[in-house]
Amino acid sequence: MGLTGFEVEVQRPAESGGFVTEDMTLSMGPQHPSTHGVLRFVVRADGEVMKEAIPDIGYLHRSIEKIAEKVGWHGFIPYTDRVDYVAAMFCNHGWAMAAEKLGGIEVPKRGEYCRVIADELCRIHSHLLSVGSMAMDIGAFTPFTHAIREREYLNDLFEELCGARLTFHYMRIGGVGWDLPPGWTDKVIHFLDRFEPIVDEYDRLISYNKIYAERLVNVAVITPEEAVDFNLVGPNLRGSGVSYDVRRDDPYSIYSELEFDVPIGRGEMGTLGDCFDRYIVRMREMRESCRILRQCLRQLPDGPVIARVPRTFKPPAGDCYVRLESARGDMGWYVVSDGTAFPYRCKIRTGSFAAISMTQHVSRDLMIADLIAVIASFDLVAPEIDR
Amino acid sequence: MPLDAAGVHARLRDRFGEAIGDLAGTGRDASCSVEPARIAEVCQFLRTEPALRFDCLSNLSGVDYPKRNAIQVVYHLFSYPLRHWIVLKVDATRDDPVVPTVSDVWSAANWQEREVFDLLGVTFTGHPDLRRILMPEDWPGHPLRKDFVEPQEYHGIATSRESLLRT
Repeated sequence: MGLTGFEVEVQRPAESGGFVTEDMTLSMGPQHPSTHGVLRFVVRADGEVMKEAIPDIGYLHRSIEKIAEKVGWHGFIPYTDRVDYVAAMFCNHGWAMAAEKLGGIEVPKRGEYCRVIADELCRIHSHLLSVGSMAMDIGAFTPFTHAIREREYLNDLFEELCGARLTFHYMRIGGVGWDLPPGWTDKVIHFLDRFEPIVDEYDRLISYNKIYAERLVNVAVITPEEAVDFNLVGPNLRGSGVSYDVRRDDPYSIYSELEFDVPIGRGEMGTLGDCFDRYIVRMREMRESCRILRQCLRQLPDGPVIARVPRTFKPPAGDCYVRLESARGDMGWYVVSDGTAFPYRCKIRTGSFAAISMTQHVSRDLMIADLIAVIASFDLVAPEIDR
Repeated sequence: MPLDAAGVHARLRDRFGEAIGDLAGTGRDASCSVEPARIAEVCQFLRTEPALRFDCLSNLSGVDYPKRNAIQVVYHLFSYPLRHWIVLKVDATRDDPVVPTVSDVWSAANWQEREVFDLLGVTFTGHPDLRRILMPEDWPGHPLRKDFVEPQEYHGIATSRESLLRT
């Protein structure tokens, strides 16, 4: 495919006389090590300085929303794993929440706890990849290997929980597929004991490392007003200083019973809303997730993990919109039922989609190398953008 | 002061009268229909009115209803300062769905409208950059319409194949 829709006029300032410069149009992607998946930027640059970076998406579009209309309510859960493969638990959870709301199903207490435990482990899992690959993208390779080391431990925990290491298919409409395996909670505690000091190690290794921070501070500053206007969500929104977390401000599942803080960006190294703030929010969220996990494991009630749901599930006709706090922020599911065994329409509104739509706006006058830091700080996951 | 959906609806009725339909549904999913031609005006009012301040377009989606001959565009609006919600629904005729853009009210609408244009074929008048976003530029039709038939091939690439499991 050519540069369809991106034709750029070469600008030749005729009357300036003397030195003539031309804008350069670069196609960055779709295969590029630091674009976090298959996506492309058409960069119009004057030397090293970008005038514009136009995102071109759709390379990973699989029409998951159309698939939902064909496979039935239960059958769609494995497909939701593929919406955001880095944080598949949240997509399972969102779909189950929407179906339960339409069908009026109440999830047993222990089922909700299992969900939140799985969610928070998945958040750590996703944030580790995010901060690790961010460090690698901007030139520090070692932290990535450290992050992957911890992630491997989590993969093992997930494998024991549901048999899969990446696309979990753990949650069901009405609860979760399996109860926690015997002895598993001790392994989670063991992981937390080991992991919490390691977050401090990351801070020592990269967060306040001058070379690392210099690449991030004052780069791509987003004001709180802009963030809300573009519907940025999650750590990207909180990095701009807007204190909003669906878990705290619009609680679902059992989050109203748990205690945790919502870290926000403060512009501690530079300007509020720069790449560093978005990064540091993720680091702090991992600590909060550990706190939530400890509380959940302490309070874990007994009982069934899944409600009785008919095999041919037919929720009454109607529509609903549910939101949950995924690793990439507020994820919205708009689901319409027409009373049959197949969903009528499912729209998934994801955090990465909003974030990438903003790159064109924030990339003006940045260096080309900074674009890498910007997309890493947004924590873009291409399958989640394209669905 | 956060308002409930009925409160927001009452203010919209006061200002726009018959262009606003009745409130349907309950709680978070309470919605009202809006006349297609006036949606941009209504959204601008919702965003700027001090008692409403809907500064966030949380979701913009489209649903195809061939039986009613309508494509419905659904707006989920949220206010960060006041923490209240409203859902607006706009029915465009299916043969020639045209809805004014709200991309000058919220920047988030720009790409979301492009997605609805791409997948459902709704034209948003006044949109600065209405191009396909997820499907290829030369893709025939709009996949999320209920009567969409997938073409057999795209540029010589087959779009389906025989199942290897079936003998």
